[in-house]
Amino acid sequence: MAYLDHAATTPMLSAALDAYTAAAREIGNPSSLHAAGRAARRMVEESRERIAAVIGARPSEVIFTGGGTEADNLATKGIFWARRDADPKRLRMVASAVEHHAVLDAVDWLGRHEGAEVAYLPVDAAGRVDPEVFAELVRAHGDEIALVTVQWANNEVGTVHPVPELAAVAAAAGVPFHTDAVQAVGQVPVDFAASGVAALTLTGHKLGGPVGTGALVLGRDVACTPLLHGGGQERDVRSGTLDTAGVVAFAVAVETTVQARLEYAGRVAKLRDELVRRVLAAVPEAIYNGDPEHRLPGNAHFSFPGCEGDALLLLLDAQGIYCSTGSACSAGVAQPSHVLLAMGADDARARSSLRFSLGHDSTEADLDVLLATLPAVVERARRAGAWKTPR
Amino acid sequence: MSGGVDSAVAAARAKDAGHDVTGVHLALARNPQTYRTGARGCCTLEDSRDARRAADVIGIPFYVWDMADEFHASVVDDFVDEYAAGRTPNPCLRCNEKIKFAAVLDRAVALGFDAVVTGHHARLGADGLLRRSVDLAKDQSYVLAVLTRAQLDRAAFPLGDSTKEQVRLEAADRGLAVADKPDSHDICFIADGDTRGFLEKRLGSAPGDIVDGRSGEKLGTHNGAYGYTIGQRKGLNLRVPAADGRPRYVLSITPVTNTVTVGPREDLEVDTVTAERPIWHETADRVDCEVQLRAHGEVVPASVTVTPSGLTATLATPARGVAAGQAIVAYRPDPAGDVVLGSATITAGTRESANV
Ligand SMILES: Cc1ncc(COP(=O)(O)O)c(C=O)c1O
Repeated sequence: MAYLDHAATTPMLSAALDAYTAAAREIGNPSSLHAAGRAARRMVEESRERIAAVIGARPSEVIFTGGGTEADNLATKGIFWARRDADPKRLRMVASAVEHHAVLDAVDWLGRHEGAEVAYLPVDAAGRVDPEVFAELVRAHGDEIALVTVQWANNEVGTVHPVPELAAVAAAAGVPFHTDAVQAVGQVPVDFAASGVAALTLTGHKLGGPVGTGALVLGRDVACTPLLHGGGQERDVRSGTLDTAGVVAFAVAVETTVQARLEYAGRVAKLRDELVRRVLAAVPEAIYNGDPEHRLPGNAHFSFPGCEGDALLLLLDAQGIYCSTGSACSAGVAQPSHVLLAMGADDARARSSLRFSLGHDSTEADLDVLLATLPAVVERARRAGAWKTPR
Repeated sequence: MSGGVDSAVAAARAKDAGHDVTGVHLALARNPQTYRTGARGCCTLEDSRDARRAADVIGIPFYVWDMADEFHASVVDDFVDEYAAGRTPNPCLRCNEKIKFAAVLDRAVALGFDAVVTGHHARLGADGLLRRSVDLAKDQSYVLAVLTRAQLDRAAFPLGDSTKEQVRLEAADRGLAVADKPDSHDICFIADGDTRGFLEKRLGSAPGDIVDGRSGEKLGTHNGAYGYTIGQRKGLNLRVPAADGRPRYVLSITPVTNTVTVGPREDLEVDTVTAERPIWHETADRVDCEVQLRAHGEVVPASVTVTPSGLTATLATPARGVAAGQAIVAYRPDPAGDVVLGSATITAGTRESANV
């Protein structure tokens, strides 16, 4: 078995799992006023402080959510609504063309239902937003922009965007900037305050915490209309009883991964480079996608010309090798990746791609397992690729 | 695995038989959006989920294969084109011929699989002969008769020895939630069952005449000849009642003149059927056998002659409602299940002794 899909979800760190089970044994709603409630509240607030400390934010800026998707929706919709309500002229939403669907579909929804005028920032062949194009857009339409959202790092091809540079341009024009840093935290340096962004999304299950925990780091002075109404638990921006055990484990995972980042990134990037070298040696016609320099350490993304990504996945799956076509599925049907298409790939190349992503428990042995079968799998998938020719 | 009970049990039986089985659900709607809303007669999101859950319970890997383009080109467009040409297509048959045992089979073989297993009710034993299911009411050999020898050699139908009732009971025994899921009857790509409306949207309205087959008299008008099938009686809305007061039936559709010809029931009778594109498994090219002229239609004794380009059947007793575009399937009666000898696509039904 070789698990090469850490960008989809990565195993919980044992420290996080231990913290979770310990906290889950305790009783108490953090909003309750008695001692049990206070104890739970204390665990939540300590967790908030731990996350804030390693992410470069104030504790009050950390708003716990039920994961990355919720935080992305809260940021894009909430800030759009608040900005538009303050000034009806602000109807423009600016998003990179390579956002995760949690951002892309939320922004698209605002366009279709809330009168937003959505502009997508193009990316270069490596998948990176061009700061010049962005600056031009801000110069031309700064006072009409409700929100800019550009991911810190891409979940498919691993490209890291120049977020601080982009955020500075936005800040100079008084435009709030949100970044989906789900894939970036713990992998590359991420500092909320230093980056100058107004809002930042992170999630637990990509860094060794539990699924269904996450946060929107939201600048103190950034207005945001709630999505979920109720008890107003999180700064009146997010309602719902806080998941004490989840929050505690999430905080342990964030703290641990961010503190171990330098050592982790060095080791995993080396392993990734080794994987890339071996894949390209075994399958010389494979195309290594993405940005060789500005890249997540654990990401390796290829196109295998003549192969269907989902055929490769099926054949590798049968050998106990788990990876991803990287693209979104609708009803299990792989769509050609919007990320690859935005990078200028044609439909065939977009459909022929496969993502291998490494994580904290990846080893050389995983590479050995992959490389032992990959050439035969690619060969077989290529022959199977001919099935689409009309009969 | 469609998400229904038959394919689920077929997969389970194939696994029990010792095969290395992988479940595949076909996504056939062209616009991926349609999946999200799931507004389909079959292959909705729910069907896909049901198939996945069945695969989980059986303990086999499961994937969704996107065959939307192939399905559209080979089945949906063909369906519309056939109606436009005045013929009556059978889309399930076409799907078997072009999708399940062509596009899917080819891909599967290329990926290293040996065969395609489906939940069709038909028998295909060690002798390689395709036979009717033991459950005659559910028998699907008619829509499989279009398969060539090569396709049959890579097909398996594990349900042919069981009745539908037995399949449902077995599904329940196996803990498959689809055990009591209702059968789908409609054409899967016409979710609301309104075939005429579906065709009208694609072909537009094309008004023409409804004429009497014997007198040539114009009896009424229609909005598109594709809305009629041979043998149809209801919905003719004729202005002129028949002289004898008896009901009239659609006898033929002539696309060139856009005419629908009607007449009394006996004029529907044909005793000679010609057909093209034969698939023939017998060595003899002239056989006395039984023929079936539409899905779930009656079976009539006939003498069948086959050439490389066509097939002619002389019926021992006249048949009614023979429509071009449907398949004629020849069977040899057999106590161990009637054997499919071959099939072809009907081009015409005629009456040697026309009673004018
Ligand atoms: C870039 C990115 N944003 C958002 C998400 C969604 O996060 P979650 O799974 O916590 O809802 C993911 C992961 O699927 C992601 O990779």
